[in-house]
Amino acid sequence: MTAASVVDDGSRPVIDVKGVTKVYEMGETKVYALRGVDLQVHPGDLIAIMGSSGSGKSTLMNILGCLDVPTGGRYVLDGVQVDGLDRNKLADLRNQKLGFVFQGFNLLARTSAVENVELPLLYDRAHRWKNTKELAAAALARVGLGDRLDHHPSELSGGQQQRVAIARALVTQPTLLLADEPTGNLDSHMTVEVMSLFQELNDQGITVLIVTHEPDVAKYAKRIVEVRDGHIIRDHPVEDRRCAAEDLKILLETEPDELPPLAAATMEVA
Amino acid sequence: MTQKTLLKLAWQSILKNKMRTVLTMLGIVIGVGSVIVMVAVGHGAQTQIEKQISSLGTNLILVLPGASQQGGVSQGAGTFNRLTVEDAQKLKLEGTTLAGVSPVIFARQVVIGPAGNWRTTINGVSADYFAIRDWPTTSGDPFTEADVRSARKIALIGATVANNLFPGVDPTGAQIQIGRVPFVVTGVLAPKGQNASGNDQDDIIVMPYTTAQSRLSGNIRIGQIMLSTFSPGDIPAATTEITSIMHAAHKLGDNPDDFTVRNQTEIATAATATTSVMTGLLAAIASVSLLVGGIGIMNIMLVSVTERTREIGIRMAIGARGSDVLTQFLVESVVMSILGGVIGLVAGVGGSMLLGRLTGWATSVPTYALFIAVGFSAGVGVFFGFYPARKAAALNPIQALRYE
Repeated sequence: MTAASVVDDGSRPVIDVKGVTKVYEMGETKVYALRGVDLQVHPGDLIAIMGSSGSGKSTLMNILGCLDVPTGGRYVLDGVQVDGLDRNKLADLRNQKLGFVFQGFNLLARTSAVENVELPLLYDRAHRWKNTKELAAAALARVGLGDRLDHHPSELSGGQQQRVAIARALVTQPTLLLADEPTGNLDSHMTVEVMSLFQELNDQGITVLIVTHEPDVAKYAKRIVEVRDGHIIRDHPVEDRRCAAEDLKILLETEPDELPPLAAATMEVA
Repeated sequence: MTQKTLLKLAWQSILKNKMRTVLTMLGIVIGVGSVIVMVAVGHGAQTQIEKQISSLGTNLILVLPGASQQGGVSQGAGTFNRLTVEDAQKLKLEGTTLAGVSPVIFARQVVIGPAGNWRTTINGVSADYFAIRDWPTTSGDPFTEADVRSARKIALIGATVANNLFPGVDPTGAQIQIGRVPFVVTGVLAPKGQNASGNDQDDIIVMPYTTAQSRLSGNIRIGQIMLSTFSPGDIPAATTEITSIMHAAHKLGDNPDDFTVRNQTEIATAATATTSVMTGLLAAIASVSLLVGGIGIMNIMLVSVTERTREIGIRMAIGARGSDVLTQFLVESVVMSILGGVIGLVAGVGGSMLLGRLTGWATSVPTYALFIAVGFSAGVGVFFGFYPARKAAALNPIQALRYE
């Protein structure tokens, strides 16, 4: 396994997975979701995990995101051994080391953008964060929504909602940003917009892992890992990597009249 | 999460579903409200009885003829079984804790006045009687020690007697005839109302006991001796003193007492014990509705947990522990029930005042009921909120996030 696009400077990997398996027991039958996965992700990587539905990529995502524990194998996240941890320890790890971005945005409805972003800071058990409102506002400014602090999710477009979700994932300064089909509910324009943000954040040094089944999305990554039947079948750097910011510029030039509709594709959850 | 954040969160969530919150709280409001009204009715009756008992007189002690019953057997059989004027005089002379002593002679006679006849109770007493019973006059004056010594044919009449014999006129100075003997009415006693057993205390005529002994026909005996102490704290000491004086006066030696000393505290204790049982019973019935209100809260919290499964999933994904979710839902149900409790408290106080006005019952809300009401509703919130909150906390974040 090589991570060709990443300069291996000897720093410890953000993700170090060895022989991870996941077996679901459905009564008598056993379903093997993961059959021994090895994966290393180094700081500064932008990695896309690809696979069709049923390939095991969601299970892998849940395990990498500390939402689930592997049945077998070893998972070390930023130096912390994850397998064998209890519910509370997993929750603390998610809070301190991970930032989640979901397909359905998963923002709290009837809660303003800044309060949504503030939320992970409030769940910090060590009470490390002071001035949580200011930190949340700064995170929103970082994703270009500094003027939408008090807007509620229903007042924002899909792309904007996803940027709020990204701000929420960023606000705790996590070691890893995990995105599960982040563009699944967005049109092509907003997809490029969001991917451009991920690339920008990655350029600033944030490690990003995106789970997707869209090749168009994966081509913005530095490295693609393909999963099928619970195995990693391919792990390769992206050769003709695209720059989302440039694509966005081209998109805006070719269709100048067609500006993104503000409240299109809005989704309300929770 | 800080306590402030948790409270804010609960408050926001309560405001999101106003109608539902109001309906849920209504259960607690009715529960707490009815407990308070019931306690107010019971407590009101209790204070009423206490007031009636104290209307008998302050720091009152009675000496009654006949021994106290022990084990259902009269202990005084065959012994000297009478109270005498000498007993009263001896008590007056030797008692150090006694403020006033008066023998009481009871008789029932027909009284003839200008407006007709009236059969009433006659009490022959000493001049101390009015102080012992704390009984002023509305017209005229009570009689004096000199009046008693000279056995004057004078009488004070109660408000009921005055109303029947002298409707609309001030009877002071008028003449009445008791039996065949003419008396001068020297005053009218202030109305006292009914006593604890429902008898009209104002249907009475009071005269010097000496006059009663010499002028009234029939069986004239001292029914009881009424005494008062200087303060309620003196009552136990006075009881002991009276017993020893009476024991000596009746030359009983080793024989058991042939008289009974009773004080107000005993009578009051018996009466208030009855009403506090009644109050407790009423409150117990009313608290059933508080229980029903609590089940209402549990029901709504369960619905809320199901509805907000996705929200719980999001919170867990970004690092909320199970205990954080548990606290969030618990705070919500407790805030809701305390809020309902406070509203119920106001409604209960208002309701008992209204009930008092409509029915004429004496209602009074004791202070302890207010604290119990709020404390209980908070307890209901914790108790019935715990199961839904624990259910929320036990959710699997992956399934919760996928929940549609």
